[in-house]
Amino acid sequence: MSASEPSGVETPHSIVTKKPEVAASSGAVPAAGPEEIAFDIRGLNIYYGAHHAIKDVTLQIPARSVTAIIGPSGCGKSTMLRSLNRMHELTPGARHTGTILMKNQDLYAPGVDPTLVRRRVGMVFQKSNPFPTLTIAENVLVGLRLNGVRDKIFLGRRLEESLRMAALWEEVKEHLHRPGTSLSGGQQQRLCIARAIANRPEILLMDEPCSALDPIATGKVEELIHELRREYTIVIVTHNMQQAARVSDRTAFMYMGKLVEFGGTEQIFMNPKDPQTEAYVSGRFG
Amino acid sequence: MKRYFHHELEDLRKNIILMGERTIDSVRLAVQALLAEDIPTAGQVIALDDEIDRLEVIIDAECVRYITLRGPVASDVRLITVAMKASHELERSGDEATSIAKRARKLAEGGKVDDYCHIPRMADLALELLRDAMDAFITEDVEKALLIPRRDKEIDDLNRDNYVRLTDRISGNSNLTRPSIELIFISKSLERVADHAASIAEEVVYLLRGEDVRHSPEFKRSAM
Amino acid sequence: MSLAYDRYRKIKSTFMSALSVLCAFVVVLPLGLVLYYLLYKGIGSVNWAFFTQLPAPEGESGGGMGNAILGSLELMGLALLFGMPIGLLGGVYLSEYGSERINFWIRFGADVLNGVPSIVWGMVAYELAVMPHTLLGFIHIGGGFSAYAGGLALGFIMIPLVLRTTEEVLVLVPAAFREAGLALGIPRWKITVFIVLRTAIKGLVTGVLLALGRIAGETAPLMFTAFGNLQWSHGLNQPIAALPLQIFSYAISPYDEWHRQAWAGALVLIFIVFCLSLSVRFLSRERK
Repeated sequence: MSASEPSGVETPHSIVTKKPEVAASSGAVPAAGPEEIAFDIRGLNIYYGAHHAIKDVTLQIPARSVTAIIGPSGCGKSTMLRSLNRMHELTPGARHTGTILMKNQDLYAPGVDPTLVRRRVGMVFQKSNPFPTLTIAENVLVGLRLNGVRDKIFLGRRLEESLRMAALWEEVKEHLHRPGTSLSGGQQQRLCIARAIANRPEILLMDEPCSALDPIATGKVEELIHELRREYTIVIVTHNMQQAARVSDRTAFMYMGKLVEFGGTEQIFMNPKDPQTEAYVSGRFG
Repeated sequence: MKRYFHHELEDLRKNIILMGERTIDSVRLAVQALLAEDIPTAGQVIALDDEIDRLEVIIDAECVRYITLRGPVASDVRLITVAMKASHELERSGDEATSIAKRARKLAEGGKVDDYCHIPRMADLALELLRDAMDAFITEDVEKALLIPRRDKEIDDLNRDNYVRLTDRISGNSNLTRPSIELIFISKSLERVADHAASIAEEVVYLLRGEDVRHSPEFKRSAM
Repeated sequence: MSLAYDRYRKIKSTFMSALSVLCAFVVVLPLGLVLYYLLYKGIGSVNWAFFTQLPAPEGESGGGMGNAILGSLELMGLALLFGMPIGLLGGVYLSEYGSERINFWIRFGADVLNGVPSIVWGMVAYELAVMPHTLLGFIHIGGGFSAYAGGLALGFIMIPLVLRTTEEVLVLVPAAFREAGLALGIPRWKITVFIVLRTAIKGLVTGVLLALGRIAGETAPLMFTAFGNLQWSHGLNQPIAALPLQIFSYAISPYDEWHRQAWAGALVLIFIVFCLSLSVRFLSRERK
C-alpha cells in the first residue's frame, strides 16, 4: 500500500482552529471584570414629555469593541444611542432619570457641558450630511477648526490620518478641494466618518450608518468598523440584523423601550435566552 | 472585495483537509496493523480517532457559527453544508478504521491468519477512493469526483466474494469460525469506507456544480 | 372612448392652451409698452453729462442728475447699514432660537410692518431724526433734513422685509447640518454663523437685494427726510438729492427740458432696479 499524499497540495499538520467549545470564537461573552467599561448605564429612563421612551435600562458597554443595538422600529434604540452623547436633549420636552457613567464620569452631572461631551463621543448619522459649502478637506477638519485648532501642520496630518482611517484617502487625496457633496453616497458617509474621527473621540456612535448605502458601500463601511474597533469603542444602531451579526461583538436587543437581552453576539443569534429575542432574530416578530 | 470574515471559510477548508488526511492515515495504519499483526500500530489508530472526532465537533461548530453570523449564499453556503456532511463521512470512516484496528488486535493475539482474501486489494482501492475524493475537493476537480462513485462497485464485488469465501471457510473448518467472522467484519468496514468516500465525492460535485447527484441512476454505485 | 369624444377633448385642450397664451400676452404687453415708452422718451437725454452734472438753473437746458443718482446710492447704502443687521439678526433669532409663542408674535408684527405705507415710516423718521432732540441734557440730534433721516426711513422699510426673507431662507437649511455640527461638539453660535449662515448665504443676499430693489424707488418718505438737494451734498447730515425726488420735482415743473430729464431719470431708476433683479436671478440659478 502506498502512503502518498494527495497530489500536489500541502496539507496542514496541525489543527488550525480554536478550542472545540462552541463558544470559543470571537463572539463569545467575555468574562466581566478586568475589561474596561465605556458606558455604565444604570436605571435609565427617558421621557419625551409624557411619552416614556426608555424604560429602566441597565447596561454596561465594554470599551474597544463593537456593540450593536437592534430592535423593531420605535423600540427606542435611537433614543438610547443619542442619550450617550446627550443629543436626545435637543428634542423639546426631553428629560431623564438614572445615570450614565462614561469611563466613570457622570455624563449628566450638573455643570457638565454637553458640547464637551460631544467632543469625546462622536456620532455618524443615517443620512450622510457633509457640509455643502465646505471642501472635502474643510469638512474633515471642521470640528477641529471651529473649536480653535490653528496649527496647519497638525491639521494637515490629522486630515490625512482621518481619511486613511476612513479608507477614503486614496480616493480623494487628489481632490481635497472639491466640495464635500461631490462624492458618491458611500464616499460621503465615509467622509462623515472621517469628520467624526478627526476629533479623535474615544467613542463613536453610529445611527444606522449603512441604511442609505448600496451593498458594496455597506461592505466598505463594515470593514472600516472592523478596523476601528481596535482603538475605538463603537456603538451601532442597526435595523439590519445580519449586519449586527457580522460586525458586532455584543448585541443588545430592545423592545418598547426596554432592554430585553444583552450578550455576546454569537450567543444572541445562536442561542438567545429570551423567547422575544429568539422571535425577533428569527424573523417571527410582529 | 474580500471581507474580514472570509478567512473563516479558508480555515474551514483547511480543517476538512486536515481531517481527511487524518482519516486516510487512520485507515492505512489500521490495515497495516492487520496485515503485519502489529499491535502497537493498532493502538495508534485508536488514539488517532480522538483527534478525528474532535475535528468533527470543531468543523460542525464553525459551520453553524458561520451560517448564523455571516448569512452565506451561493458557493459559500454549499461549502458549509458539504463541510458538515463530509466531516460526518470522515468521522464514520475513522470509526471504521478503529473497528478494523480493534479486530486486528484480536486477530494478532489469537494467532496467525493465513489468507486475507481480497482484503489487501480492497484496502488499496478504498484508500485510493478516499484520497481521490479529498483530492477532488482540494483541487476542485469535478471530473475526478464524478468518476469515483462508479469505482465503488469493484469494492462491493470484492466484499461479496469475501463473504462467500469466508463463509465457505467456516463450513469447512469450524476452528476458523472466529477469525473468519472478524475478517468478514473487516471486509465490511472497508466496503463502508469506500461508500463514505463515494459520498464525499458526491458532495464535492454538489459543491462545485450545485448539482445533487446522490442516488441518481447515472452514478449508481452498485446493486446490493 | 369614442372617436367623437376624443376630438372634443382635443379641441377643448387647444382652446384652453390658446386662452392661456392670450392671458400671458395680456400681462406682458403693458410691461413691454411701459418699457418701450420709457426708452423712447428717455434715451435721448441719457448722456455722460446726465450722470455727472448738477441740475442746470431753472429753464436752462443741459445739466444732469449726477447728484440725485449719487444720492440714491448713498441713501440705499445707509438703509442697508441700518436695516440689514437688524433684519438679519432678527431672522436668525426666529429661525435658530426663540420659542413657538414669541416667534408667532414677531412674525405677525413683521407682516404687519410690511404692510405699513412707506410715508408713515417717513413720518417716524421725521420725528426721530429731523426734529431736534436733546439726549441726556447734552447730546443734540436731529434738527433738519439729512441723508441720515432718509436712510433711517428706508431702513425701517427694509427691516421687516429682510427679517422675513432671512427666516425663510434659514429654515430651509436642513436640520441635519445643525445636528452634524452639534455632534462634533461645536458651540451653538458657531454652528449658526459658520455653518447655517454660510450655507444660506446666497438666499440671504438675495433677500437683501430684493429689499434694496423695493426701496430704490420710494419717494414719499424721502420727501420730508432727505428732502432733496440741487447741489452736491456735503455731508450725511445735510439734505440730499435722490432720483425719485428729482423725477417728481422735474415732472411737475413747467419746463420741457426738465420733463425730458425726468424721463431719463425714470429710465436710470428702472435700470438700477433691473440690475438688482438680474443679480437676484443670477444668484438663485441652479448650479449643475
